[in-house]
Amino acid sequence: MDTREKILDIKNLDISFKTTAGYVHAIRGIDLELHKGETVAIVGESGSGKSVTMRAAMGILAKNAVVNSGTINFTYRHDDGSEEKVEILTKDKKWIRTHINGKRMAMVFQDPMTSLDPTMNIGNQIMEGMIWHFHMPKEEAHKKAVKLLEEVGINDAEARMKNYPHQLSGGMRQRVVIAIALACNPDLLICDEPTTALDVTIQAKILELISRIQKERGISVIYITHDLGVVAKIADFVNVMYAGKIVEKGTINEIFYDPKHPYTWGLLSAMPDLETDDPRLYTIPGSPPNLLHEKQGDAFAPRNKYALLVDDKAQPPMFKVTETHYAATWLLDPRAPKVEMPPELKARLERTKKSAGILGTGNSPEALAARAESEAKTGAAADRTERSGD
Amino acid sequence: MGRTGNEPLLKVEGLKQYFKVNRNFTVKAVDDVSFEIYPGETYGLVGESGSGKSTIGRAIIRLYDPTDGKITFKGTDISGKLNVKGNHMLRTQMQMIFQDPMASLNPRKKVEDIIGEGLDINHMYGSRAERAEMIRNILKKVGLAPEHAGRYPHQFSGGQRQRVGIARALVMNPSLIIADECISALDVSIQAQVVNLMKDIQDETGTAYLFIAHDLSMVKYISDRIGVLHLGHLLETGTTDEIFSHPIHPYTRSLLSAIPSPNPVVEKKRVAETYDYASSGIDYNKGTSHHVEGTHYVRCTDEEYARFLKAAEKEVS
Repeated sequence: MDTREKILDIKNLDISFKTTAGYVHAIRGIDLELHKGETVAIVGESGSGKSVTMRAAMGILAKNAVVNSGTINFTYRHDDGSEEKVEILTKDKKWIRTHINGKRMAMVFQDPMTSLDPTMNIGNQIMEGMIWHFHMPKEEAHKKAVKLLEEVGINDAEARMKNYPHQLSGGMRQRVVIAIALACNPDLLICDEPTTALDVTIQAKILELISRIQKERGISVIYITHDLGVVAKIADFVNVMYAGKIVEKGTINEIFYDPKHPYTWGLLSAMPDLETDDPRLYTIPGSPPNLLHEKQGDAFAPRNKYALLVDDKAQPPMFKVTETHYAATWLLDPRAPKVEMPPELKARLERTKKSAGILGTGNSPEALAARAESEAKTGAAADRTERSGD
Repeated sequence: MGRTGNEPLLKVEGLKQYFKVNRNFTVKAVDDVSFEIYPGETYGLVGESGSGKSTIGRAIIRLYDPTDGKITFKGTDISGKLNVKGNHMLRTQMQMIFQDPMASLNPRKKVEDIIGEGLDINHMYGSRAERAEMIRNILKKVGLAPEHAGRYPHQFSGGQRQRVGIARALVMNPSLIIADECISALDVSIQAQVVNLMKDIQDETGTAYLFIAHDLSMVKYISDRIGVLHLGHLLETGTTDEIFSHPIHPYTRSLLSAIPSPNPVVEKKRVAETYDYASSGIDYNKGTSHHVEGTHYVRCTDEEYARFLKAAEKEVS
């Protein structure tokens, strides 16, 4: 474990936004780690604070943001191999802009049409960062830009350099945005929903491109998304966020094959399953909370059918499941009643495990069905009226 | 859902929708598309952006004037110039749900007036009390509370706003609702809520849906039959089962292979099938409709059909 080089280390980050209606407590204590060459995914609904976290890491928070507490440490290597550690939150915007943004940390935004400059040809947009950060001669920057375009899979790169964004298709535009992000050889690439605005076929291509580039260059990637299918394709580690907190974190296999938090159960169940013909989709009832009005206890409790009484009183801490797997739910407290995930989800996870070649719990179908039945009973019993040890 | 022997609710034959850009250039957004929708069923139209799926929806509800082709709705031809009676029938019996619930609801109107606008225009109530009653019922049906009637769109969350959009379509009691990417702008958990609601409403009122989307996994959930669209051509159509278990056209197969699955071990190794129209040597314009089985049709030339079949069979064995 210790051989892994830590790139980004966020500790106890807490951010509010000052609005006319009062303070919106968007980030409520986040810890996040990223090591060299790894991909970490942040999953959550809109408004859960996943983008704000990464904006804080890049030092591009909006003006009305107030950082209440926390540290963000970013470590990178100079060209001569010497290590440099920066505390992002203590630096001013100007310093970050000349030393970090684009050069060490680059971001790929959601909508390639709005993140590209419509009045500038794409060649100049790719070269801009290199010329600005490294004072690179124009010819050299041009050569490097052509090579980058080829690297991200754009044919006839030399001719494309003169194109304007509106002359390219959506997938090509996003490839250009990735080329711009890679231009200064960053240590960390932050992808903020890069495929949400794209079609499925193009999405698959862009994801394959990002993971290929990551392997070739050995850079670290943080991937922000609300689509669990995308996460499955690219991530090594997953952080599930809800209402400004990380509610579950673990390796990709732990989250997908052995989720512990009811919210993760809900997210996984809400994905349409192509293999079954259930007439109804599972839904998480209600909608995400308004962070303007702080609520006592667990923010997910009102939408959680497994919520215990204690959830209304105190926020659950992170309970350790394995060395890498943590979840913030009172259900993992030793005093809590034993609650298993919904039987439909359990059956589905068994199926995905089987197709993945991972040995399940080794049950015959009959035993599984019997267990699913008994689980259905315990699930019904463990509703809000049940008191936990507290 | 019974469809044989039944009169189709909507029949689209050889629909063409061209947009003239200038003297030398015309965009053929929809080229020779034919399909049918039966009462009470859901027809899913899928394809990438620019494939013409939204254009078809808009041409059917006559936001555009179709260039060519015949659209028959409830036995009435609605493709040519509309007379007063035809127009009235179309505007009440066919409704649309739009993609972005923030952009499609008037921010200066209360929810009751947004929903009631169609009722007002078509004089569908006798008294103010009757109108309020109708709006209250429809709000309840889409899972909103009656006190929401006096609020403005910005006071709702994304999922609730889309419910208002559905209520607005539903209040006219239409026999066909065109849902144009109505869940694409919503979060995953909210998408599931809206899809379930649409299914419940269909069970209750028997309305038919034309469900336009690019997310195939959701389309599979809601649709009885599916049409796959690419570059304005309807390449493959059939029941959901036929398309998903036995896809013939390489474009359909590439679409299906691109659906991400929540299974990291499998997903990491999988490479999506590629399909490039320019280099595939397929010419959609030369294709004719080939019958595979049941309601399953593929559009291609004879020679291509034999090749596709062989490729599809190789997959199975």
